[in-house]
Amino acid sequence: MKTITIIAIKEIRDALRNRWVVSATLLLAALAFGLAFLGSAPAGAVGAKPLAVIVVSLASLTIFLLPLIALMLAYDALVGEAERGTLLLLLTYPVSKGQLLLGKFVGHLAVLALATWLGYGAAGLAVGWSGGGADPQSWRAFALLLGSSVLLGAAFIAMAYLVSSLVRERGAAAGLAIGIWLLFVVLYDMGLLGLLVATRGQIHEQIFPWLLLGNPADIFRLLNLTAFDNVRSFAGLAGLSGQIPFTSLQLVFALLLWIIVPLSLATMLFRRREP
Amino acid sequence: MSDFSCVVEQVVKRYPRHCALDGVTLSVPSGACVALLGHNGAGKTTLMKLLLGLTRPSSGRVRVLAEDPAAAGAGFRRQIGFLPESVTFYDEMTGQDTLAYLARLKGVDRQQCVALLAQVGLTEAADRRVKTYSKGMRQRLGLAQALLGRPRLLLLDEPTTGLDPILRQEFYRMVLALRGQGVTIVLSSHLLTELEARTDLAIILRQGRLAATGSLEALRLQADLPVRIRVSSEQPQSLSEQLAGIRIVRSEEKMLHLAVPVQEKMTVVRHLTSLGPLVNDLDIQLPTLDDLYHHFGHLQSEESSAA
Repeated sequence: MKTITIIAIKEIRDALRNRWVVSATLLLAALAFGLAFLGSAPAGAVGAKPLAVIVVSLASLTIFLLPLIALMLAYDALVGEAERGTLLLLLTYPVSKGQLLLGKFVGHLAVLALATWLGYGAAGLAVGWSGGGADPQSWRAFALLLGSSVLLGAAFIAMAYLVSSLVRERGAAAGLAIGIWLLFVVLYDMGLLGLLVATRGQIHEQIFPWLLLGNPADIFRLLNLTAFDNVRSFAGLAGLSGQIPFTSLQLVFALLLWIIVPLSLATMLFRRREP
Repeated sequence: MSDFSCVVEQVVKRYPRHCALDGVTLSVPSGACVALLGHNGAGKTTLMKLLLGLTRPSSGRVRVLAEDPAAAGAGFRRQIGFLPESVTFYDEMTGQDTLAYLARLKGVDRQQCVALLAQVGLTEAADRRVKTYSKGMRQRLGLAQALLGRPRLLLLDEPTTGLDPILRQEFYRMVLALRGQGVTIVLSSHLLTELEARTDLAIILRQGRLAATGSLEALRLQADLPVRIRVSSEQPQSLSEQLAGIRIVRSEEKMLHLAVPVQEKMTVVRHLTSLGPLVNDLDIQLPTLDDLYHHFGHLQSEESSAA
């Protein structure tokens, strides 16, 4: 446990030192504030919108941006150390490979959570207060967004480690990481849409929701857009809730599986690898 | 405490493309300073990795500090210091932070970092980033981290490459001081230098096999290398006629190169000086460590080519 903490703190300090945290926070905050206050500018109005609307916009932003940030943060966690030669030295220390990976995971997750919570949190508070306060349900939806964003990021960090434990070169890891982003954020949904069109919507309604569980980004979307009534109505999914056979808790569990499985696989592969 | 820090029995290490170690058996006595010698690719680094438990042997048995290094836990690793060949660190961290991080991982008191940095002469550069360090400074930081926690076994892979002669002397002094404290030291090298000459035991590897092992004195006797005598003369032709029974390795216009067994050195020198004006000058070369090293290196290759 102590070893994991030491490694996690080192990762956090690295990210603070190379201004990774600062730039990610500023990027997320800028986009969140932009969505919050300027989102209605094309319609001729500038001003804060209800918090529930912000949650819908931020959820879409998160799906695009957060996996990319997570993958970029973590893709070279193992292959980078191996290439630099520091891994060889580290493994002669009283550090097991599992501890090393877990320590990095905790550190990277903390960095991602810090950036997301600071960036989104600032925008959320500004919106909530400038509108004279929001209703409790909106605040809960916003809290769910903050919490599930970190889970989504964690899933992609875990996948980045899987990539990092598979390949021998940083360049290959970077390429694969981009591939993962494309697959889950762009191609998967396009594939599902294609499937719907090809089968003229005849695909069994029992099967379709399960297909959504095959993508952590879709789980995140379902979770945030269907958990609360007010968000649901803004997201245009008011009629959908009856068709989703999963509770919020089950969706969170599915998201957790998307963290645990890749992380375990990465640990297994890393253990087998010799420096 | 057992008598041997490291025991390697019939170890074979095969990689997909080549066989790095091919049936090596050796043992390192506790408290000894051992030089692991061999050309690049002889299997020195692979042997180090096996001793560290970073990799497992394809067959055979490895025991370090009475444990199987590949299966041993944190307690085992706390007793070992390792300096990898051309050591690298995190470029963006300062020397001080790097050492403090590694000390925390090893469960070592921070006080020791300050002392170690002073010992390797990095106190002034301690708060500079490692990427600004020269090769020698990195190597010294590498030595400092290897000494964290006062290890019982110190494995140094090519420790003196990149060090200038003054630093090398300083390095030897530190290593030899450790030997006095009962630390077992294994250092690998592809060159024979002053330090290897002062080791208790030399292990010479050649193409993944043990070419020779023993103290350098014993190896010198075993090799029985000739003394080389260079004689300059105005008339090498008539001089060589006077040297019946002595092996002439090479003759040049005004120079003869002789190879003489160590025991006969004085006899031959007396004979040469008695020849008067035929001999202008002579120059005696005792077999060097390099000769010894080459002798054992080549012996092996002759055997394998004969087989």
